[in-house]
Amino acid sequence: MSDRELSIINGVILDETVTFSFEEMCYACGIEAEELIAMVEEGLLEPHGTTPRAWRFPAASLHRALTACRLQRDLHINLAGAALALELLEELRELRARLRER
Amino acid sequence: MEFKDYYKIMGVSRDASAEEIKRAYRKLARKYHPDVSKEPDAEARFKEINEAYEVLKDPEKRAAYDQLGTRWKAGEDFRPPPDWNVGGFDFGGFEGGPTHFSDFFEALFGGASPFGTRRSPRQGFRMRGENEYARLQISLEEAYRGATRTITLQIPEPDAQGRLVTRTRTLQVRIPAGVTQGQQIRLAGQGAPGIGGGPAGDLFLEIELLAHPLFRLEGRDVYLDLPVTPWEAALGATVSVPTLGGTVDMKIPAGSQSGQKLRLRGRGLPGRSPGDQYVVLQIMTPPAHNEAAKDLYRRMAREMPFNPRSKLGV
Repeated sequence: MSDRELSIINGVILDETVTFSFEEMCYACGIEAEELIAMVEEGLLEPHGTTPRAWRFPAASLHRALTACRLQRDLHINLAGAALALELLEELRELRARLRER
Repeated sequence: MEFKDYYKIMGVSRDASAEEIKRAYRKLARKYHPDVSKEPDAEARFKEINEAYEVLKDPEKRAAYDQLGTRWKAGEDFRPPPDWNVGGFDFGGFEGGPTHFSDFFEALFGGASPFGTRRSPRQGFRMRGENEYARLQISLEEAYRGATRTITLQIPEPDAQGRLVTRTRTLQVRIPAGVTQGQQIRLAGQGAPGIGGGPAGDLFLEIELLAHPLFRLEGRDVYLDLPVTPWEAALGATVSVPTLGGTVDMKIPAGSQSGQKLRLRGRGLPGRSPGDQYVVLQIMTPPAHNEAAKDLYRRMAREMPFNPRSKLGV
């Protein structure tokens, strides 16, 4: 046990080269299939591919999906509200970055 | 341990109604939610607010807490009264994931780690452990070079009787060079242990880059404001520029203007397609604090008349 604790663990960056299948995405987010489908139907996630079986989610989807889950759970808002909050947060981040760029 | 004034944390009076407490909680939760808030201590505040609400929203826990009376002040060294009956509180209504409350909370209400939403293991049942998620704040330099960080996690684990208990786990994690804001690092098999011999879950670390005094980041590109003199901008010059990888020499072309962006290719965050560093020129005006300097400015005005406002039609 202590060996496990002391050794250095290498992490894998989930960058733009990594994509997730439907099952992998459910597992990575710790959510049920219906919840993931609802997120895609809401337009919150935009996987490549037409059917759930063919869906490929870019790794950046993970951040969006996890944030949406946390917002729903912690702020008692529904999926549409979480999607709106996410979009506004991203817009805010872009505007702030642009503001600092000048 | 420190006494926590839950009323103060929630910003309500001791006789606040349940509705008032709920309203205060919702408002504070929106303000300090780590995904939304810009406050530097959002995560800690959010936890504190949730802990306070967990007590104040529940009439039983609130009454027990109120029994402590007004003798205690926030931050005071606290020990529960000898006749205090720890435990017996219902944690079934817990919302959210594995939140971990303070020692103060656990001393009062028992170490019932909030696993209300976790699926309970069944006999002869084999299940993969749950994933764990954590946020990791790192500096821009660490993102550029990569780093090894020691992180402490509260991991729920079944004890000998099969009950879930919280164990503190310390991990040394190597952060690869080139991570950017919001990116996830996956540590396979470092999440919660599996049940009935199932494999452990994964640990996902979400990267949060700390603000840097000089550089700002956009994707993998790094931006720097570079002060230059009017003559460097007008005549061109080679100047030293800080980058995340160390100081480099950069040529400023003659006739540069304030706000102009110069690119140092490949000097941003590393990665499959490495970022660039953009240097934004800022022409500084030399102070005219003696007669000789003033004369120089007057001569410039005479000998090189220039209207920077011509585009404004004035």
